[in-house]
Amino acid sequence: MADESILTDDFIRQLIDVGEVDILVGVPTHNDAKTVEPAIRAIQAGIVKTFPRERAVIINADGGSSDGTPDVIMGASIDDLHRSFNGYTLRTLHAISTRYANSPSSATALRTILAAAELLRARACTVICPESDNIEAEGVANLLRPVYRDHFDFVAPIYRRHKFEGVLLSNLLYPMTRALFGQRIREPYASEFAFSGRLASQFLSQNKWSEESQDYDPELGLTISALSDGCRVCQAFLGTRPPIKRQSRDLVHAMRQTVGVLFSSLESTFQVWSSKTASQPVPTLGPEFDVSTDPMRINRKQLKEMFSAGVLDLESVLRSILSSSTLAELQQIAVLPEDEFRFHPELWVKAVYEFAASYYKSVMSRDHILQALVPLYRGRMFTFLVENRTSSAAEVGNNIENLCLEFERLKPYLLELWNGRK
Amino acid sequence: MRDIIIGELTQAAHEIFRDFAHLLPRLIVMLVIVFVGWLVAYIIREILRSILRFAKFDRLSERAGASQLLTHAALPTPTELVSRFVFWVAWIGFIMLGVSVLGIGGLQEHVERFFLFLPRLFVSLLILFFGLLIASFFARAILLASVNANLPSPRLLSISVRSIIIIFVLSMVFEELGVADQTMLLAFGIAFGAVMLGLAIAFGIGGKDLAQRFLENRFSRDKKMEREDEPSPL
Repeated sequence: MADESILTDDFIRQLIDVGEVDILVGVPTHNDAKTVEPAIRAIQAGIVKTFPRERAVIINADGGSSDGTPDVIMGASIDDLHRSFNGYTLRTLHAISTRYANSPSSATALRTILAAAELLRARACTVICPESDNIEAEGVANLLRPVYRDHFDFVAPIYRRHKFEGVLLSNLLYPMTRALFGQRIREPYASEFAFSGRLASQFLSQNKWSEESQDYDPELGLTISALSDGCRVCQAFLGTRPPIKRQSRDLVHAMRQTVGVLFSSLESTFQVWSSKTASQPVPTLGPEFDVSTDPMRINRKQLKEMFSAGVLDLESVLRSILSSSTLAELQQIAVLPEDEFRFHPELWVKAVYEFAASYYKSVMSRDHILQALVPLYRGRMFTFLVENRTSSAAEVGNNIENLCLEFERLKPYLLELWNGRK
Repeated sequence: MRDIIIGELTQAAHEIFRDFAHLLPRLIVMLVIVFVGWLVAYIIREILRSILRFAKFDRLSERAGASQLLTHAALPTPTELVSRFVFWVAWIGFIMLGVSVLGIGGLQEHVERFFLFLPRLFVSLLILFFGLLIASFFARAILLASVNANLPSPRLLSISVRSIIIIFVLSMVFEELGVADQTMLLAFGIAFGAVMLGLAIAFGIGGKDLAQRFLENRFSRDKKMEREDEPSPL
């Protein structure tokens, strides 16, 4: 049964006019008029070239744009495309736009897209970031093809990025989801992904929407849902990563939206992750790891200073979260000079697992636990930057792999913490 | 003369014996009430202690910051303290009831005042508990936000917020108890005003150089940051 409670009557009428579809492409927007057109062109081209016989629809879920974003999407004519590709769809490529609210919320946007997918009985669905000016038709096809043709349930993206971009992903989210759920998804948190109609219905029915706040970012939740429910997952290379929203650059916000979702999901998925002992690679279309090593100026000194000050100032908070031995080690390294400082992987993994267990046990406000992790992340980031300052792409990949293995090796430690034996 | 004295003494002795005979049953009733009261208070204490342990009240108090205060004051755990407090309040209540049975003039009024005071005492304790909880929450929130925003002296900020909230809570508690409420209100006003004035002076005069350095660092850092890339965490 489709979750129609959040869909407006007008939107439902438009969906009914479209009827059942094979392919659904969701584009969540908010004031993206300047950047959305290339993404729409890529979507149209991807469908025309790869799925000309399939029934397809583009759903724009808009969060109250004031710059005419929905008009840009609805006005993007497919005729130019026909001429440039010399190809035609055998079906009408529909486009529908709906305003789900007057302010943006990625949870409501995704929920709208999932509900539409369920109502239209779409077989393969994808969400494309409206800021993806680099995405190409092949990228859209790469996301949809595994779901539509090969019956995968979830396709995560792989992006080309600078070796120092996405350190939270490479040092926490990827290694931890890999160690817990046993599948090596490199980008568990992404704004572009594809999923089957079955997974859409399943995720909708999990009813997390009413419990979570409007700030809840469901992307990581969808990945975890796919991993924990035994869905068939794979990865597809999409090229350069779309620009990150300014809000997600704020470390505390990013921590809430990603680590918060990961930690909170551990309670409901305990039966699944507690039984996994090793990780497996997942099928991947294109390169599995692609980083650039161009020079980048980063204020490393400030990272170290903020770590040291954070560990010393937050002693009373960290004492409630961490074990005494871990806290003592952190306090020891916090006073080291910059050239001797090293936040080694074992200490980092232990600290993260102790944070996860404390989050589960709610030793204090859960939001405060996440905020207390921020200074520690800065320390780990400093070490990552120093260790990989002159590293090649392969060496960076090896270092991340070693960290992942450390997360897997220490997983029994998390289980002991979880079960209260430590 | 002699007969009169003996007669008066006999009458006085009779009256004493009569009064004592009147008082004796009441005294026995009072002792029974006190004993039963002790028994009831004891049972209430044990039940309350079990409930609080089951509800992990100590952990809640730890989060509220009440446990730390008790430890500093060398007092028992919050569960033990609340249990003992309720025991004594219940038993004193029964003792008062017993005393009122004696029918001693003047005491009755005090007993009534004691029972009227009990609800205010409970409300005061609730205000104190939740006040400490709120003070602890906001102090930690300020500490974390200051550390993550790289503000100077995060602990000082946190302690200041905690102190202001606790002073405010204590003034509310004393007002509720009716203990020197005017004095407490005045003291709170003076203390709060002094803190604000102190902060103003500290920032205006004492922290002039610090503020100058902070602003300089802030602006120079912003300029520096503009030249440096900021890698996204995601």
